[in-house]
Amino acid sequence: MKRLAIILFLIPTIIWAQEPTGKEILEKIDKNMASKSTISTSKMLIHGARQTRTIEAKSWGMGDEKSFTEYLAPAREKGTKMLKLEDKLWIYSPGSDRTIQISGHMLKQSLMGSDLSYEDMMDNVKLLEDYDAGVIGSEIVNERDCWIVELQAKTAEVNYQIRKVWVDKVRYIPLKEELYAKSGKLLKRMELFDITKIGNRWYPKKIVFKDMLKKGDGTEFIIDEIEFDKEIPEYIFTKAALRK
Amino acid sequence: MLSLKLAWRNLVGAGLRTWLNVIVLAFVLFMMIWHYGLLDGWNQQANKDMQAWEVGNGQYWHQNYDPYDFFTLEESHAKIPEALNKATTDGIITPVLITQGSVYPDGRIQSMLLKGINPDQKVVAIPGTDLNTESEEIPVVIGRRMAKNCKLQEGDITTIRWRDVNGTFDAAEVKVVKVFNCNVPSVDAGQMYIHIKKVQEMMQAPDEATMFIIGEDFEMNETVSGWEYKDFDFLMTEMNEMMKMKKVGGSFMYVILMLLAMLAIFDTQVLSIFRRQKEIGTYIAMGMTRRQVVSLFTVEGAMHAILAVIFIAIFGTPLLIWLMSVGMSMPAGSDDMGIAIAETIYPVYGAGLIIGTSLLVFIITLIVSYLPARKISKMKPTDAIKGKIQ
Repeated sequence: MKRLAIILFLIPTIIWAQEPTGKEILEKIDKNMASKSTISTSKMLIHGARQTRTIEAKSWGMGDEKSFTEYLAPAREKGTKMLKLEDKLWIYSPGSDRTIQISGHMLKQSLMGSDLSYEDMMDNVKLLEDYDAGVIGSEIVNERDCWIVELQAKTAEVNYQIRKVWVDKVRYIPLKEELYAKSGKLLKRMELFDITKIGNRWYPKKIVFKDMLKKGDGTEFIIDEIEFDKEIPEYIFTKAALRK
Repeated sequence: MLSLKLAWRNLVGAGLRTWLNVIVLAFVLFMMIWHYGLLDGWNQQANKDMQAWEVGNGQYWHQNYDPYDFFTLEESHAKIPEALNKATTDGIITPVLITQGSVYPDGRIQSMLLKGINPDQKVVAIPGTDLNTESEEIPVVIGRRMAKNCKLQEGDITTIRWRDVNGTFDAAEVKVVKVFNCNVPSVDAGQMYIHIKKVQEMMQAPDEATMFIIGEDFEMNETVSGWEYKDFDFLMTEMNEMMKMKKVGGSFMYVILMLLAMLAIFDTQVLSIFRRQKEIGTYIAMGMTRRQVVSLFTVEGAMHAILAVIFIAIFGTPLLIWLMSVGMSMPAGSDDMGIAIAETIYPVYGAGLIIGTSLLVFIITLIVSYLPARKISKMKPTDAIKGKIQ
């Protein structure tokens, strides 16, 4: 009887001990997903009101700060290149043979008609640095048991004051993320599917972005191939590479 | 005097040819007066409308504000300066706080400017009183063009998204409480008006403004640090420049019409001199100098212009007055070009316009009449009297 009492007393403590903190979850996500570099080929399916457009691209990335994307299809977009260096973004258009820097209100515009804006691409947010994370519950997402982690901005200088992330309890990969306005209105939703083991990490091969204020089925981002931690020549991340 | 009488008799004697020339010249003159009057009317109306709706009697801009560069908006707002505080409280000037935002009418995204105005201001004609409406959603006032572009009507509720001064996204539901009609697209297209206090709250910029619109009773007596004064003429520069361009553009048509009319006068003169050689010889034989004969033919030609002016005075004036009273209806959508234009433009004919245009036509006719008449001075009177072709 005494032993049973001790067990009953310890159960909440054991459960408490098993539930990681928001910070720990974010650290584990980082550990799983972060890489020195990535090289990927992908498709972006933009579901419009009348039709769906598919844009194929090859991307090179170095951490969160540097990325270079070359669009491969359709013919209209072929040869268009995009270079992101920290908080600066340039686009090269082969039609006009010109490179333009996207800044100011142009950043608010949609990326090739998708639910993503250039601004979203520039979002180099450091979740651990900019947000206080707390676990607010559990939920089943895509048949996986998830922690719901709520992120509250530490400072006023972040794009989204509130974020909610649904994180797979076993694989420590986000399966859903919601971005909220300061007023609490849901602005964007991101859902991650086809979680695949690549090397020693779990990685989503399909991400669906949805601007919740806009009508439509959102934009699907499908990764066909991805390689991690490959050497990428430094010249790729230069403006000169845009015209090559 | 003799040459004038003679010229008149010769002109009348030429019959239909004279009257055809006069009618063509009168038509050109009429068109020039009417068109320039229309542009002057448009200019006056646009000036009046822009003053009433947008520019007031001048403006103070935040030193970083550039209306043609939206990038400056993030950095171009500051607390209402002390020097303008009293005038703002008295309602002599009115502050406007501007930021960028997006509106999602029926799930479509559109960029726009969010403008915070004082609902009770009387400096410009934007109807702000409806912004005091009690509503769960934020009450907004929009113009006809914005309503048309976004397919919004009074009573409609839609979502807007903006970023505060820290760059944080925020969104809220707004209710269109008033759709106003105005002739100035720059206060209407792509803009949404909200209570300035609300915009200050939304932007986290309490008591701040981007610019001030100055009313009639404001006396400009000091410079305000951090703010730049823009007078009425400066604010109207673009409109005035555009009107000048329009006048120059319109002039090409009149140059062509004038060329045709002058060609007719020139031909008439050449033909007269050719056919009236015997007459020229007789004039000289009777004692007129060559110069007097050249003058006679020049006056004959120039009289076409005088007759055209008289013709316009008799037949054109009632038509011009009638056109001034009914105005000219502009086709639907003309104001979508982004310039201030009323639904009906009423021409304005100033004395300068009428006298100037008539004088211009007269001088050109005089020159064109003189050029062929110069040939007379080279004629031999003996051959001329015999009617020999020279």
